[in-house]
Order: sequence, then C-alpha cells, then structure tokens
Amino acid sequence: MSKSPVLEVNDLKTHFFTKAGVARAVDGVSFSLARGEVLGLVGESGSGKTVTGFSLMGLVDAPGKVVGGSIRLAGEELVGKSEHDWRSLRGRKIAMIFQDPMMTLNPVLRVDTQMIEAIRAHEHVSEEAARERARAALARVGIPSPDERLVAYPHQFSGGMRQRVAIAIALLNEPEVIVADEPTTALDVTIQAQILYEVQKLCAETGLAMIWITHDLAVVGGLADRVAVMYAGRIVEEGPVGEVLDGPLHPYTRGLIGSVPSHNQRGKRLTQIPGMAPSLLALPPGCSFAARCPRADAACTEMPELVSASDRRAVRCHHPHRPDEPAYEGGSA
Amino acid sequence: MSVFILRRLLQSALVMVAMAIIVFFGIHMVGDPVYMFVSPDMDQADIEQVTRALGLDRPIWEQFWAFMTSAIQGDLGQSFVFGESALGLILQRMPATLELAFAALFLAIVFGIPLGLYAGLYPDSKTSKTIMAGSILGFSLPTFWVGIMMIMVFAVVLGWLPSTGRGETVDVFGVELSFLTLDGLQHLALPALNLALLKISLVIRLTRAGTREAMLQDYIKFARAKGLSRNRIVGVHLLKNILIPVVTVLGLEFGSLVAFSVVTETIFAWPGMGKLLIESIQQLDRPVIVAYLMMIVFLFVVINLLVDIVYSLLDPRVRLADRGN
Repeated sequence: MSKSPVLEVNDLKTHFFTKAGVARAVDGVSFSLARGEVLGLVGESGSGKTVTGFSLMGLVDAPGKVVGGSIRLAGEELVGKSEHDWRSLRGRKIAMIFQDPMMTLNPVLRVDTQMIEAIRAHEHVSEEAARERARAALARVGIPSPDERLVAYPHQFSGGMRQRVAIAIALLNEPEVIVADEPTTALDVTIQAQILYEVQKLCAETGLAMIWITHDLAVVGGLADRVAVMYAGRIVEEGPVGEVLDGPLHPYTRGLIGSVPSHNQRGKRLTQIPGMAPSLLALPPGCSFAARCPRADAACTEMPELVSASDRRAVRCHHPHRPDEPAYEGGSA
Repeated sequence: MSVFILRRLLQSALVMVAMAIIVFFGIHMVGDPVYMFVSPDMDQADIEQVTRALGLDRPIWEQFWAFMTSAIQGDLGQSFVFGESALGLILQRMPATLELAFAALFLAIVFGIPLGLYAGLYPDSKTSKTIMAGSILGFSLPTFWVGIMMIMVFAVVLGWLPSTGRGETVDVFGVELSFLTLDGLQHLALPALNLALLKISLVIRLTRAGTREAMLQDYIKFARAKGLSRNRIVGVHLLKNILIPVVTVLGLEFGSLVAFSVVTETIFAWPGMGKLLIESIQQLDRPVIVAYLMMIVFLFVVINLLVDIVYSLLDPRVRLADRGN
C-alpha cells in the first residue's frame, strides 16, 4: 500500500447554485487512490457520491460548479482546466461507467460506431486499427463472438451485456482511473456477480484503479479494497473495507451496516436509522448526522474534523465507536 | 417488410374508395353546375340538353358507378369548363405546386433544424428566446395575411422581388421548372417562404423539444464521458435521435404543404393545382374538384407509406422488430 497514488482528491467542493439557495452537494471531500486499487464510495441517495464522480470527470453541469479543492490525476491538477483540456482527458485518462446500461448506449448507433469514435476522439488511428482494438476490448470483458456483436445495435443486447459493452468502451483507451457509478444496481444478482468478477480480474491484471460508487454494502464488501462512507456531501468514515465493515467507527456507518438484511436475525425487524437525510439546502450547523444520531450531544453542534483513527482509518465524529465493538446489535447475542 | 407494405397498400386502397364515396356524393350536394353553362334566355329543352351532355340527368348511383369504373382505368372524368381530362389538367399544373412545396420543405429544414438546435442547446440565451418568440408568430399569423404583407414590403415598397407568376422556366424532361433560372428563383422566393413559414416554426419547436429532451439522456452524458467533441455529440449522437420525430412529422406535413398551397398560390398567382382548384370551385367544375381531391388523398397515402419506410431506416429498433415478425 505504499504505492504512489494515481488520484488524489483534496477538499473537493461542488456546489449547486439553485434559486432556492446553494446546495453543497460535495463539501470538502478528500481521498486518494492507488494503482490497482478499488475504492468503494458508499452513501444513501443525495449524499453526494454521484456528484463526486461527475466532478472527477469534469461533467458537472450548470447550475452546479466545482468551487474549490484539487483533483490530481497522476500528478496533474484537473480543477480549473479548460473544457478543451477536459475533453482530451475524459475517456483517455479517466473514464466513467453509468448506472443504467439501457440508457448509456446511443440507441440509433451501432456498437462499433460508438466504440471506434471513442478511440478516434483521442488518437489518430485508422478505422481498421480502431475496430481491432474495439474487438479486443469486447473479448476482454467476456462478450462472446465479438465480431458479430460489433455490428449489432444496443437494443439487441441484454442489460448485462450492455453494461459489459459500456465497460469495454471505458477500457478502450486504457485509462488510469475508472469511475463506476452504481454500474450493477440495475442488473440482477447473477449478472451482477459476473460483472464484479470481471472487474476485479481487470483491476488485478492491468493495474487499473477504480472508484465504485454504490449504496450496496455487499458489493463493496466483495469488491473494494477500501471504502469511504459519505453523508450529506462529506466523507464521514474511511478505511480498509474489512476493518470498516467489521468495526465501524461512525454511528452512521454502524446504522448502514445494521440495516443490511443479512446481518439481522430471522424474524427480527431490520434496524433502521431514524429520521431522514437532511436537505442540502438547509444543513444544520455542526455534524449533519447529529439529528439522527443516538450519541449526539452538545459537542456535535460543532462540525467534527475527519481525523485519523489509526494509520489506515479516519473518522469524522466527536463520539466514535471503538473498532472492537460488535458491528451490529444482533451480533453479540 | 414486404408483408407490411402489402398490408399497408390494401389499407390504402380502402381509404381511397371511402374518400371517393365521400367526395363524390358530397360535391353533388353543392350547387348545380348546369346553371354555370346556360344563359338566362335558353328554354327548358336547351337546359335539358346541357344536363344530358354533362351526364347529370342520370341517377347519382349511376353517375358514381360510371365514375368509379373509369377511375379504376385511370380516367377521372372530363372537365366541364375545359373539355379536357380532369386528371390531365391537374397533372399539367402539378409540377408548379410540387416545386413550390419542395422549396417550402427545403426552407423548413434549412432554417428549422439549425434554429431549433440552437434554441435547444442554449435555451436561456437571448437569441433562443427571440427564435422561440418568432416561431410563435410563424404559427399564429394567418398565411394569407403574411403573404399580402410580404408582397407589400418586398414587392411594392422595396421592389426587390416580383409578386406574381413563375418567371422564366426551364424545360427539364417536359417539366417546367422555375428554380433553375435566376428570374424563376426570384419569383419562387416569396411564395415559398410564405408557404414555409408555418413549417419552419413547426420544425423549430420539434427540434428544440427533441434537443432539450435528448441532451438530458445518459447516452449524451456517456458520449461526453468518452471525450467526444461537441460537434460529434451534437451532429451525430443528438441529431440522429431527434431526426426520427422530425422526419415523421415533416413527411406528413408535406402532404398538407401540397394540399394547402391553395392560399399561397392564389395570393401570388402561382399557376399550380391550388389555383386550379379555386377556379374550379368557383365554376362548379365538379370533375376537376373530385379529381383534385382524389389526387391529394393518393398523395397522402403514398407519403404515409414512404414515411413509414424512412422511419424504419432511421430507427434500427423499428427495422428489426419488423423483421422478427
């Protein structure tokens, strides 16, 4: 784990300037990613994980704007780059996979058109060479008879196959980092398992680094090396995936894990986190989780910093749990 | 595909027969053409002779049967006024109308799509708001009024363009065409623009709505994530998707361009089918009116079929779904 990070995000801030006020969708997110590493970015809807992903791609549209912080990709600062520079980076150095494979491929263009254009947007290669690379990329993600599939239209693929095509497109220019925004959420579990297996293999083989955005802790547990938990635009806990899932420090992480069905005893109600995520337009001062937190007290009216809990873990809480406390209430019984 | 076309042809034939019945019986309820051909000093015997000559003495069922049997053989009757074949008269005027309609269609595409794209891509800009406001005018101002105003401004006050007629024409395979000469083009400009105005507005609104919808789709964001240039995204990924509704609507609208060029042709004295129709209505020249309406129905039927075929070429999902059957 002493490898130099390929991606370093520092105090990233992406705000949305709406008529109702400024929504701080991402407010001071920092993390780093090493080569070949998979970072799980976990949180519930509206926690800012997708906006973080789009910020890394320079794809935040008005009224949103990256207002501060830094994103360093292989040592190169990305924040403040012109749209022209961003265009040449996207798909070449950093690629993205989206949630719904039914929507990401253009329905009226053949798969080969969509793959070849992705190569030729960045390199002056012949159509033939590009086609050969597209064919190889399809084969690599486990698509049978790639030659035939190249001349097919997206609607002739199943959902899982479409997501493989999307992954193949992301791989075409051998990027340093792939941002995967809930890529398996729309797929059924068997297809999901196959895709996760392929992705893990790819990362191990090619040294590709990945940010896997999801709300599914089971996926993160099986796939990621490290996990960062987001809540209301901030990272509240970060660390190696095994340690975080087994001994969560933040009450929110603990609540998330407690609400996973497999951790509950048969016949018992699922534990749930009381209340709901706060509106990003009216965040309370201090810890944004305080209103829902069983441990909150007067100290929580002040925003806690993200502090190291050990050499590999960090937590943003005034009253963190101990790592050796059982992760879920049913566990000790 | 061929099964589909065959089925459509059968449906089309039924539509034509239904239209023939409606048109034929409908027109026989209006006026009596005999009185257009007799003078007040003629006696009853003369009037009866005229009636017999026009074939109007027979019961209407017989007249309809005679019309249908000759219509199937391609003869839609003789004009009362000109004494020529009604279909021949219409076909003679058709190139002028088609030229006007195609010119209007061309203008609708050339102005409508780029303006609609711009308004869709930059919905908040002042230019876009001006375009959209303009398209509302295009929709709501009556064609005849705009036509008269255009003549006032460009022909009378400024004197830039002629206001009537086709101008100099060139004979291409027996068809007279205006747009190949400068003089003809000048004559074509005002009526074509007048006829196109509504369609330009329509295309602008369609293109803008399609653009705004498509730009939010994931496939556009994914195309951006691939690092494609904006030109490629707009010119290929966006345009190919929004062309589907635009082609469908424009195809169907082409029929109405031809059918409703009547107003424009009348204002600009354009010697096409529409002008012939108006004159025929004024003179109660029933065979020409019936033949004209049948022609228009035929045109709509053919256009609908073509639109379906083009649509399946543009949208692979439609194409393959059909092959699967």
